[in-house]
Amino acid sequence: MQRTNSQDELEAREARLKALLLRGLTGDQLAYQDFLGTLALHVRAFLRSRLSRRPAEIEDMVQDVLLAVHNARHTYQAQQPLTAWVHAIARYKLADHLRSVSRREARHDVLDDDAQLFAISEVESAEASRDLTKLLKQLPERQRLPIVHVKLEGLSVEETAQLTGLSSSAVKVGIHRGLKALSRLIGGANNHED
Amino acid sequence: MKTDDLIALLAAGEGPVPRHAVCRRMAVAVLGGLTAALLLTVALYGVRSDITEVAQTPLFWGKVAFPTSLALIGLWLTSRLARPGGKGAAGWKMLGLPLLLVWCGAAVSIAGAPVDARADLLFGRTWRTCALNITLLSVPAFVTVFWALKGLAPTRLRQAGAAGGLLAGSTATVAYCLHCPEMGVPFWGVWYVLGMLVPTAFGAWWGPRMLRW
Repeated sequence: MQRTNSQDELEAREARLKALLLRGLTGDQLAYQDFLGTLALHVRAFLRSRLSRRPAEIEDMVQDVLLAVHNARHTYQAQQPLTAWVHAIARYKLADHLRSVSRREARHDVLDDDAQLFAISEVESAEASRDLTKLLKQLPERQRLPIVHVKLEGLSVEETAQLTGLSSSAVKVGIHRGLKALSRLIGGANNHED
Repeated sequence: MKTDDLIALLAAGEGPVPRHAVCRRMAVAVLGGLTAALLLTVALYGVRSDITEVAQTPLFWGKVAFPTSLALIGLWLTSRLARPGGKGAAGWKMLGLPLLLVWCGAAVSIAGAPVDARADLLFGRTWRTCALNITLLSVPAFVTVFWALKGLAPTRLRQAGAAGGLLAGSTATVAYCLHCPEMGVPFWGVWYVLGMLVPTAFGAWWGPRMLRW
């Protein structure tokens, strides 16, 4: 009986999230923000159980997964279960992360243990240790400026186009490529210390 | 940066997302790769002189059907593997059917031929260059298919790379049929397969490096 209930609840949750995402994909920003916010809770819980020995990395990974979900949102098909799609992305990003961590640890065994001692105490809820705004500065202008103006300052695409002298489509492409580059930088930052 | 701020950032200023992104990207990739392979075939090797006569024989269309069926399965596989969580298992097994048909045809054709004609069926006149030509012709399709995959979100990178390589190789082979003078089924079963295997293997090797996101 209880199993049926929780099964129903899961299905309801899936349906609610899916409806939000589908509305988001048609351009409803509020629904999309709501979708990402609710998704973050589930992703955090998913990662917490799998990264229990590295709590300091959980929030970094949550942000990594959210960015990946955003960058892959055009590959979602309405007839596909949303859980499976999100789960595949989270698992992919987690595996990628764990691979680079184990490679790093294999080479800097002792150093890494020291570093972890300090990491444990400063786990602040929902704040990542890695600052995305700093990574943003590494992007080329034509990607960084559109992201800063549209995404951080809330200007429209047209206003940004006028301000930067780029065309509207270049602004959109810049945002799209910039967010993908940001996601790669996160992965690259992990690999850099190989 | 707080996660809530990131979420606000991601949602800000987002318009509608174009629909059917996977289909459209794959269509562009395949049409671009096929067109380039056809042009290269004509420019580098030339169309075989007896194309109009041979196009009236069922054997010629059987020959075209072989790489075409592999290309369709490759397209289906690549499109599936381009999405998060996409699996390829059934598609890889499906490849066995056209391969088995061609190999059975090859066995029958060799068994029915006189002993001293068998080597000719297998090697034809162009066995030295066939696989190499197909590999070369697959380069543009390989580039377009990997461009398409790069813009999507595969999570099984080795399989996605192999499927993309297979799609590129089989597309190139379809184009190569315009030139290739060989009409022995055993020849296709060996040299065509080898030519398609090269980009497939290369895709499997390169996928995990190239397609990371």
